[in-house]
Amino acid sequence: MSIETVSLSGRKKQVANKKMTFAERIYIIAIAKGMWTTLKHMFKKKVTISYPEQTRPFSDVYRGRHMLMRDDEGRERCTACGLCALSCPAEAITMKAAERTADEKHLYREEKYAEIYEINMLRCIFCGLCEEACPKQAIYLTKSKQIVFSDTSRESFIFGKEELVMPLEMAIKNTQKTQA
Amino acid sequence: MIEILFYLLSAITLGSAFITILSKNPIHSAIWLVVCFFSIAGHYALLNSQFLAMVHIIVYSGAIMILMLFTIMLMNLNISNEISKPLVTKIVATIAFCLVGLVLVSALTQTAPAFDAYVNSGQDYQSIQVLGKVLMNEFVVPFEMTAVLLLMAMIGAVLISKKDKKIA
Amino acid sequence: MEEAIIIEKGVIILIVFAITMLFAMYCTLAERKIAAWIQDRRGPNRAGPGGIFQPLADGLKLFSKEEFMPNTPNTFLFVLGPTISMTMALMTSAVIPWGDSLEIGGRTVLLQATDINVAMLYVFAVLSVSVYGIMIGGWASNNKYSLMSAMRVASQMISYEIAMGLSIIAVIMMSSSMSLRDIAASQHEMHWNIFYQPLAFFIFLVCSFAETNRTPFDLAECEQELIGGYHTEYSSMRMGFFLFAEYAAMFISSTLLAVLFLGAYNYPGMTWAAENWGTNVANGIGIGVLFIKICFFLFLYMWVRWTIPRFRYDQLMNLGWKTLIPLAIINIIITAVVILLNQ
Repeated sequence: MSIETVSLSGRKKQVANKKMTFAERIYIIAIAKGMWTTLKHMFKKKVTISYPEQTRPFSDVYRGRHMLMRDDEGRERCTACGLCALSCPAEAITMKAAERTADEKHLYREEKYAEIYEINMLRCIFCGLCEEACPKQAIYLTKSKQIVFSDTSRESFIFGKEELVMPLEMAIKNTQKTQA
Repeated sequence: MIEILFYLLSAITLGSAFITILSKNPIHSAIWLVVCFFSIAGHYALLNSQFLAMVHIIVYSGAIMILMLFTIMLMNLNISNEISKPLVTKIVATIAFCLVGLVLVSALTQTAPAFDAYVNSGQDYQSIQVLGKVLMNEFVVPFEMTAVLLLMAMIGAVLISKKDKKIA
Repeated sequence: MEEAIIIEKGVIILIVFAITMLFAMYCTLAERKIAAWIQDRRGPNRAGPGGIFQPLADGLKLFSKEEFMPNTPNTFLFVLGPTISMTMALMTSAVIPWGDSLEIGGRTVLLQATDINVAMLYVFAVLSVSVYGIMIGGWASNNKYSLMSAMRVASQMISYEIAMGLSIIAVIMMSSSMSLRDIAASQHEMHWNIFYQPLAFFIFLVCSFAETNRTPFDLAECEQELIGGYHTEYSSMRMGFFLFAEYAAMFISSTLLAVLFLGAYNYPGMTWAAENWGTNVANGIGIGVLFIKICFFLFLYMWVRWTIPRFRYDQLMNLGWKTLIPLAIINIIITAVVILLNQ
């Protein structure tokens, strides 16, 4: 079989430049066919999803906004190793490490923690590579539907620890759930 | 009532005709001419001739003036760069117009009004049926002559607009 | 008696005007809904249940928009354009018989603004004048796209008026009257003209698409080439007037199609209904039937719009001059021969 006759989609049509017959030239039949097609479409099921009332189900692998996790004692997991920043293809993550003092043991799990942890949400492409790179399972992309709110200044899109770290109540709730 | 309408229409006719001649912008002239044609159609309607009024609107306002406007718009005569004609031309034009006017007025006053017969016969002579009968019975020769004339004009127009194949 | 006639006619004119406006308003919604259904969408459904307040919302929006005036030396003509379009679109409805007659308080009320002898010619006169609105508006916009669109409209409407007029002559020959009331009356019961004059109906249908500037003949406003055509420079309610005039013209031409070819207010069993239920009921049903027919044609207009692509300009002219006009003339000759043979 030669390449010209192969039809991968099964819809290949041989185009011919032949002269049209009289019946074809008056186009009545073609127009009637077209009208019939559109009429059929009028009674088909609508594909629109009426948004606020109905929502489209999210994909299982949906990646939403980032969250810096706490462990079951409510301590931040991040140790500011910088692997997430290294793996980030958009170079959206930056951080500054600090050493944990003795009275901060209930706050941070490791001796080193991220004093500043910032993600530029304008650069982030939500690829999830930071999540994969993290050795401490500290950063996760949640299923949250809110990614970022629109704003007028670029600074407000740089999310710091106050936006990113998991709220304490949420951590407490999670711990209670796992213990129960 | 009818008299008031008549004077009103006459005023509009004359006024718009004057503005047609006097206005500098050719598009404005054309549009005022349309107004003039409309008021003439109104006169026909006042004379109880609906058919003539309608045909007048269709032919003059609907076809001829549209083509005029079309030409003016295409030629972009909007920019008035017309050179003023010499005085001799103006005088000759005035005299020629006066002569034509004289001929028209004399022709109109000399012709005997033909509608008396229809008034007496009691027919509704604004009806198209009556009009058709009159045209096809008493005035069939002039009617057919007009038809032939129009046909000739049509053939002429087709011939002119046809491309000359030898040159092209 | 004089006053009674004036009041009667005044009421009829007001009702006809209101109905035309209402239909034109809801045509905009129907257009969007049908477009949506044909494209497997839902269409506007937010303003009110099923979107029935959408036309009001659209109108309100248009009213509150800024009135933009382009840099044109002809502001008067610029304003005159949409006004003429709107007036002419509404004027045709004066001669249309919306129903037979009703007996109200011992008076026979003809459901028509005026029954003139030359109604058909009147329709054509109004049609031929309605070109001015678009032409003047397009020219006064001082925009080359608008001007081009005005040119297209003028030549298209003049060309298709000829075929339209010729196609209707066959119908006039059959009912031997130009009055729309007589034409409607001659199609009593099921003697609709469409069964006797299918070719004339087809030509008239195609021509009315062209005359109302609807797809597939909407070369005047084609968005892709002329960025909206004659209403490029229009905004706010002036633009609304143009759009409204288009829909009003569509409603009127649907009515004409229904009256001329689909038997107007006649329906099978009308005499039976008149005998058993009385004339008033039978004629009342007739009005409803007429509006059903009008709605069918309006639907057809929209259905065609969302099915058939636009013609090219030379195709449009070829269709009008080389196909429809000869066909209409042949139709006249055939009709004349048949009428002569039947005498």
